[in-house]
Amino acid sequence: MKRRSLFAASLSLSLAMMAVGTAHAQPANSKVLRFVPHANLTVLDPIWTTAYVTRNHAYMIYDTLFTEDAKGQIKPQMVESYQVSKDEKTWTFKLRSGLEFHDGKPVTSEDVVASLKRWASRDAMGGVLATFVTGYETPDANTFKLILNQPCGIVLDAFGKASSNVPFIMPARIAATPGTEQIKEHIGSGPFVFKADEFKPGALVVYTKNAKYKSRPEAPSAMAGGRPVNFDRVEWVIIRDTQTQFNALKAGEVDIIEQPSFEQMDALKKTEGVRVENFAPAGLQFIMRFNHLHAPFNNPKIRQAAMVAMGQQAYINTQVGVPELGRLCRSMFPCGTTYSDEDTGYFTGVANPAKAKQMLAEAGYDGTPVTLMRPTDLASIAKLPLVAQQQLQAAGFKVDFQQMDWATLLARRAKKDAPAQGGWNIFLTAWTAGDITNPLSMAMLNAKGQNGWFGWQDEPRLEYLKGRFARTTEVAEKKKIASEIQRVAFETATHAPLGQYISPAAVRSNVTGMLITPGVPLLWNMKKN
Amino acid sequence: MLQFLLRRILAVLPVLFVVSLVVFLILRLAPGDPAAVIAGNSATNEDIAKIQVQLGLDRSIPVQYGIWMGNVFQGDLGFSYYLNKPVTELIAQRVEPTLSLAFGTVILALLIAVPLGTVAAWRMGGWLDRLLSGFSVAGFSVPVFVIGYLLIYLFAIRLEWLPVQGYKSISGPSAAGPWAWMRQLILPWMTLAMIYVALIARVTRASVSEALTEDYIRTARAKGISETAVLLRHALANAAVPIVTVVGIGIALLIGGVVVTETVYAIPGLGSLTVDAVLNRDFPVIQGLVLLFSVSYVLINLLVDLSYLVLDPRIRY
Repeated sequence: MKRRSLFAASLSLSLAMMAVGTAHAQPANSKVLRFVPHANLTVLDPIWTTAYVTRNHAYMIYDTLFTEDAKGQIKPQMVESYQVSKDEKTWTFKLRSGLEFHDGKPVTSEDVVASLKRWASRDAMGGVLATFVTGYETPDANTFKLILNQPCGIVLDAFGKASSNVPFIMPARIAATPGTEQIKEHIGSGPFVFKADEFKPGALVVYTKNAKYKSRPEAPSAMAGGRPVNFDRVEWVIIRDTQTQFNALKAGEVDIIEQPSFEQMDALKKTEGVRVENFAPAGLQFIMRFNHLHAPFNNPKIRQAAMVAMGQQAYINTQVGVPELGRLCRSMFPCGTTYSDEDTGYFTGVANPAKAKQMLAEAGYDGTPVTLMRPTDLASIAKLPLVAQQQLQAAGFKVDFQQMDWATLLARRAKKDAPAQGGWNIFLTAWTAGDITNPLSMAMLNAKGQNGWFGWQDEPRLEYLKGRFARTTEVAEKKKIASEIQRVAFETATHAPLGQYISPAAVRSNVTGMLITPGVPLLWNMKKN
Repeated sequence: MLQFLLRRILAVLPVLFVVSLVVFLILRLAPGDPAAVIAGNSATNEDIAKIQVQLGLDRSIPVQYGIWMGNVFQGDLGFSYYLNKPVTELIAQRVEPTLSLAFGTVILALLIAVPLGTVAAWRMGGWLDRLLSGFSVAGFSVPVFVIGYLLIYLFAIRLEWLPVQGYKSISGPSAAGPWAWMRQLILPWMTLAMIYVALIARVTRASVSEALTEDYIRTARAKGISETAVLLRHALANAAVPIVTVVGIGIALLIGGVVVTETVYAIPGLGSLTVDAVLNRDFPVIQGLVLLFSVSYVLINLLVDLSYLVLDPRIRY
């Protein structure tokens, strides 16, 4: 009897303690936002890596000279005003006064120039811009000049580009770090301050409100305008397991999941106190990339046959699985963005194995196996190669299906050897729309041969047209050139667009104010009731 | 005794050397290039080559190994390629959650399994014994993540008694207090303890049941000693050696990383650090972790061996 009483007393005490603990944990602090990013934040330098999670982290703590508004137009952010000389070779920018880094030092034109130089050493578009730049001048602490060797039509596009690598502004002493080395301090002038002392890699990233942040007076509009911060503290909680993310959101332990799995969409919609919010309507695009160096895809006719064999719907169905989140889009530039153009000639995005077979026969395909790589550990694209294998085989290709982890795939795709000697023929991946809205930022349109992007297409026409695009300042003319670039890209079958999809966030109902962006989850302007 | 200790400690050095060399070679010869991972989707071969130079991966493998070993002898395990932080600091951050998980699990499992196994052996064939057999089958066969999700659903979602995920430190500047620490770990302990209860209870049952057939037990009973004393002082004490061995192995395995449990409960332990490092080919971190695991395995084995001296006076080294 005594033992039973003791047991009952212990149990009651334990339950009471649990209840007390719960009482402490349950009430969500309206001044703390807990956000689950789509990946673990490992690298903190947004110039050293193109990882989206690092870019998103950088938007928390750094500011940019220009950025995109909700209409996709480039608007000044740190810049107060700018002027272009009559010969269009000198751009003069004036910074907003009172901008300050988190260490209390003012943002100066020297900081801006150092940051731009480091960014241009790593970013593709920055690299193109650098070919126009003869120098920078800093007549005073708030003014800098960009001196060009000829008129250039991408200055604002480059300074205002929303996706990796973004020209974030850092203190000059930090930006002096070579682009091939990681920075060691993380000091920006953005709306949040990174708490290095509370950073626990793989578990927690903490930011506090930058009380000295000088927000623009305009209303927030996508990445542009004011950046009102309504939280004292933002915590990025790293949760790898999607089911645990879901459970944590349901229990109110976190407020936002940036990228819940597609399999959970139905359950999320039915969960009380949670909503699904599409903050990036342009979404992402699946693509298939050919290796232009080796047979059979060193023959453009065979590449075209492979593209005719591709049907976008199957990719959307298999990888996304939620019909309303997918979208067929033939354009290489994502549908809904400035340069999208669905005049794509022979490429319909609908699988036509019979026609592909005929094209293969005409091209003289000799049965050379196609080495297709599949990253088994990257759930967001792991199913794509399965579809590609099926569609290629249906068209008469012989497929050598190679499964590996993502790190191995990344190393293998950098190899120029023949497929039989450890090289490859095809890989598939996904790009955020923001990265491929422009011919200069789209890696697949890099056609510099051996010095180009993986696949190493050598197509001088594309490089010439991109040069024209960069020099042109008229928007209408740029659109024409972009369409011409796409026509040549389809003709030479640079890569195959395999469908567009959106990846909405899951948000607690009491959290409001999420801004629509080109793919970056912005945590300013949000409120928690 | 002292000689034994010295011999064992000295024997660790060649083991560590061989392990470090093998791991180093496997990592360098395996497919996958950290520079390609770091360079990202938009990179070109030239970008990757620059990063290889910066990381020192362009040097020959013997030179890379020599540099690394030289630094290890000075207590420097190098820097993570990604986090740009010393490997020692990264490991130090992860040791507390892993040790909390490992020792908590083993203590909970011991508290349940040893009495359960002892009583099952004492009443072999009885309902408790049959229950233990059934539980052991379940404990071994139900995947850890299934147990984890079920416990989360019951205790965190339905009853709202415990948190779904996360870890709160018990030490250091961000310490949240013992109760906050414990609340985060109750479900992970329960999840992991299932398999260890099954394992330790089975071993205890087998060892105690064997001990109960020995002559000294019959003698003890003939002397009129109480059944409890027979069980605890004679049967269990003599059955302790295999139990301690299993517990030692259990702790070593738990320190080596319980990736699934860490993932289900979002606990930032050594297991998830190892997986991340392997997937990203973060060589310095993998090498540091393997060294740590090797040292901890050797030390735990040594402690287990030493414990035999206490548990069984007949054993001498």
